[in-house]
Amino acid sequence: MDYMDKSIDEIRKALDNNEITSEKLFKEANALAHKYQEEYNCFVTILDEKEEDTSNKTILSGIPYGLKDNFSTKGILTTASSNILKDYVPVYDATVYKKLKQAGAVLVGKTVLDELAMGGTGTTAHTGIVRNPWDKTRMIGGSSAGSAAAVALGIVPFAIGSDTGDSVRKPAAFGGVVGFKPTYGRISRYGLFAFASSLDHVGYFTRNVKDAAYITDILKGQDELDMTSLPDDGKKYVDTIDNEIKGRKLFYIKEAVDLENYKDNDDPELKETLKKFYETIELCKQIGFEVEGVSIDRKLLNALYPSYIAISCAEATSNNANLTGIPFGSRGDGKSIEEIMFNARTNGFSELVKRRFVLGSLILQKENQEKLFLNAGRVRRMIVDKMNKLFEKYDGLIMPTSGGVAPKFGDKTDRLSDRYLILENHLVIGNFGGFPSISIPSGFVNGLPISINITGRVFEDDVVLNMAYKIEEKLNYKNQIAKGVK
Amino acid sequence: MYKVVIGLEVHCELQTNSKVFSSSKNTYSSDPNSHVSAVDLGLPGVLPVTNEEAVKKALKSAMALNCKTPDEILFDRKNYFYPDLPKGFQITQVTKPMGKNGYLMINVDGTDKKVGIRQLHLEEDTASLDHYGSYSLIDYNRSGIPLIEIVTEPCMNSAEEALAFLEALRSVFLYCEVSEAKSDKGQMRCDVNISLMEENSTKMGTKVEIKNINSFGNVKEAIKYEIKRQTEILQSGGTVVQETRRYDDEDMKTYSMRNKVDAIDYKYYVEPNLVPVKLSNEYLEEIRKEIPPLQYERINKYMTDYGLSRYDATILVKEKAIAEYFEETIKEGADPKLSSNWITSVILGHLNKYELSITDIFVTPKMLTNLIKMVNDKVISSKQGKEVLYKALTEEKEPAVIVKESGMKQIVDDNVIEKFVLEVLDENPNVVLQYKNGKTNVIDFLVGQVMKKSRGQANPAMTMKMIKEQIEKR
Repeated sequence: MDYMDKSIDEIRKALDNNEITSEKLFKEANALAHKYQEEYNCFVTILDEKEEDTSNKTILSGIPYGLKDNFSTKGILTTASSNILKDYVPVYDATVYKKLKQAGAVLVGKTVLDELAMGGTGTTAHTGIVRNPWDKTRMIGGSSAGSAAAVALGIVPFAIGSDTGDSVRKPAAFGGVVGFKPTYGRISRYGLFAFASSLDHVGYFTRNVKDAAYITDILKGQDELDMTSLPDDGKKYVDTIDNEIKGRKLFYIKEAVDLENYKDNDDPELKETLKKFYETIELCKQIGFEVEGVSIDRKLLNALYPSYIAISCAEATSNNANLTGIPFGSRGDGKSIEEIMFNARTNGFSELVKRRFVLGSLILQKENQEKLFLNAGRVRRMIVDKMNKLFEKYDGLIMPTSGGVAPKFGDKTDRLSDRYLILENHLVIGNFGGFPSISIPSGFVNGLPISINITGRVFEDDVVLNMAYKIEEKLNYKNQIAKGVK
Repeated sequence: MYKVVIGLEVHCELQTNSKVFSSSKNTYSSDPNSHVSAVDLGLPGVLPVTNEEAVKKALKSAMALNCKTPDEILFDRKNYFYPDLPKGFQITQVTKPMGKNGYLMINVDGTDKKVGIRQLHLEEDTASLDHYGSYSLIDYNRSGIPLIEIVTEPCMNSAEEALAFLEALRSVFLYCEVSEAKSDKGQMRCDVNISLMEENSTKMGTKVEIKNINSFGNVKEAIKYEIKRQTEILQSGGTVVQETRRYDDEDMKTYSMRNKVDAIDYKYYVEPNLVPVKLSNEYLEEIRKEIPPLQYERINKYMTDYGLSRYDATILVKEKAIAEYFEETIKEGADPKLSSNWITSVILGHLNKYELSITDIFVTPKMLTNLIKMVNDKVISSKQGKEVLYKALTEEKEPAVIVKESGMKQIVDDNVIEKFVLEVLDENPNVVLQYKNGKTNVIDFLVGQVMKKSRGQANPAMTMKMIKEQIEKR
């Protein structure tokens, strides 16, 4: 009994050959979830009873998985890792959960996130911090922290997350696993607790690219409950994953990865990460990619992060205005309705979330909206236009997912540094444009995983998966789980 | 004296199968929280799905009010906290409302007036609150019902004009079949903006808003009270405070609710979950085709083309079905004045008496037309005609059959009438003498006698003419 660190293909084969049953797989995952819970805190809720299987047979039948605790699950506690929802039990199923259930995938537990999916540290959940399986003194990143850690620990072969700025792809990088978010609208958001609706994507963690393709094939398709969902393209992405990539063109943003730009930076980790990135580029060329550095206006790049903050906080303020404790959620005390709502929200949210709400509210105010909110939208439009222009020539953008390895708890970042503004935040480009974007492990720095990210043209999830698959093959970090945990 | 300036904001619930952004039933129910879904409760993770029927009805209303329609359907969020608003924001339209810069013609005491419509937009209704002293209950049945809001220009100058506008607006909704527009069910609600200005001044007075008045009658009363209140303030040298007031229908007065100074910033922004949908000309034309001729247009047509009085025309257009019935008789070849007369006197009386709709009755426009023709052709008398119509309505029988069965027909044969006339004159020599001596009104008695003899079938006009002729001869 030892399957949870295997790929979906391997587990499928074992199931089909009757080497193992789905009951036993569930028991294994459940036992691992409990085993690591105290140390790493991956889950808000661990299911001890396997849900009834009423599915048709699919590739995912009988295979355990984790689901971020911001997906609505009927009858199963869903907290979004926030005190205001600490007792909230939904009355309906998110489309993603419904589809996975129909596909026969077996839910193991609801995973911890940064409160309401806001934040990238995995430290703000109401049930405590999530630790990095490669080094417990480090963050796994967020917001899909528990899902990332659960896959990196080998508790489940895959876990669902959500990605608004980088909330799947960044923690995937820090956990040494694959993180993919398809094109905006490819997968229904119905039942995903909204953070910033125009940026929110469903994404997932796997230990190899092909598994990500399997899950995409199950989850994609138009949903009449989500008007932004795309009509199904009728493709099976797993079928084209091994296509020839010779002649495919990739570009990277020079301003972000040029070592020349970090001359004054004495961070050896950053330099090592960039060095490894160029090694990966060489590998890509070896297998037939053409790769070029492209220049993008630094002013535009510097505006990405502030624009993301403006748009996401503004939308978050509005999206979370339903959390008043009146129709559902933890109710506040008070003599008047205003007092009740005020207390519910004051006691229900952490400082960070409150700060973002206040900021979002300020950004949306009449006198600030033009300057802060609408200008952020213009920056968004400019970078998306620029990307689409570049995508006329190139099939994808290749970048280091992060400028370094997972940070230690308590690490301070200089939020106005180039490294932070550009290298740590370029992933939002994928959310701004709704581009399909994947992070795959690309090596180690100081014994900790690093990762590259590939972002492609909108609707071309198949091409992105295909390119990532080919690079993954060459890189050889496939199916890894955190060293030392086994 | 002061000039009154009134603008109205009217909310009207659209009649659709489901709510505007969810699949819950859009129906009036006294059972609280019986038509509620996750979407209507604003539960975490829900998304709105636009109801196309609601969009079409809003566009239809906008076109009927002569508004310019937008190039695409776009919604915005209006953000504020209130317990009747479960999401903490209302999906509404600010950037691109369904209609802009339209108008509606009204007529007050025979004078036409164009009331400008600033905009018409589609939004979702809030839940309703019932307050019980120390606690309140929330009914989410209303949460998400499609609502259109119509904002007029401040261009009405009396309570009567405001009322005429509301009635004309309601008729547009009813004619277009977009809403039942019943104010007692809260389907049509109205806020009034009212200010007073010096008679010859160009400077607008301070605006006072009166919120959510629940009936047209109360709109009139609230305006009248407010005119009186503001006039008294101005005449005693005071200043009117800019504020929101509410109308109390118990004591028929308005009361201050809140100052306008601390107006709420609703932080509007485009709803990200509903992608803009372009509107094609074909799509709009399909909707426009379904707009019937409206009251105002029909009244004018009836007056100029058919020579009806404004009074009669107004009665005929009160309900679209009645107007259509009337027009159908004309198409069949009925005399418009007679048709109008018979509909307004006999048929509407019958509808009122039995609380029926004109679509319920047995007598079709064609039957009525035939009956009118029988009278015109002197087959039966006008009096007989009305009797037949009553009978046809109550007994549900074709007028032609009734006429035939009761042997009812008019005698227009000169010889037959002459026979009756001669008999009557012979039997009443004294009356003939009276007539000859100048007491001409006795002729009615003689006509009556002839009618009696002919069992009411003699043509009265012919009878009278012949009596006169015969008396001359004696």
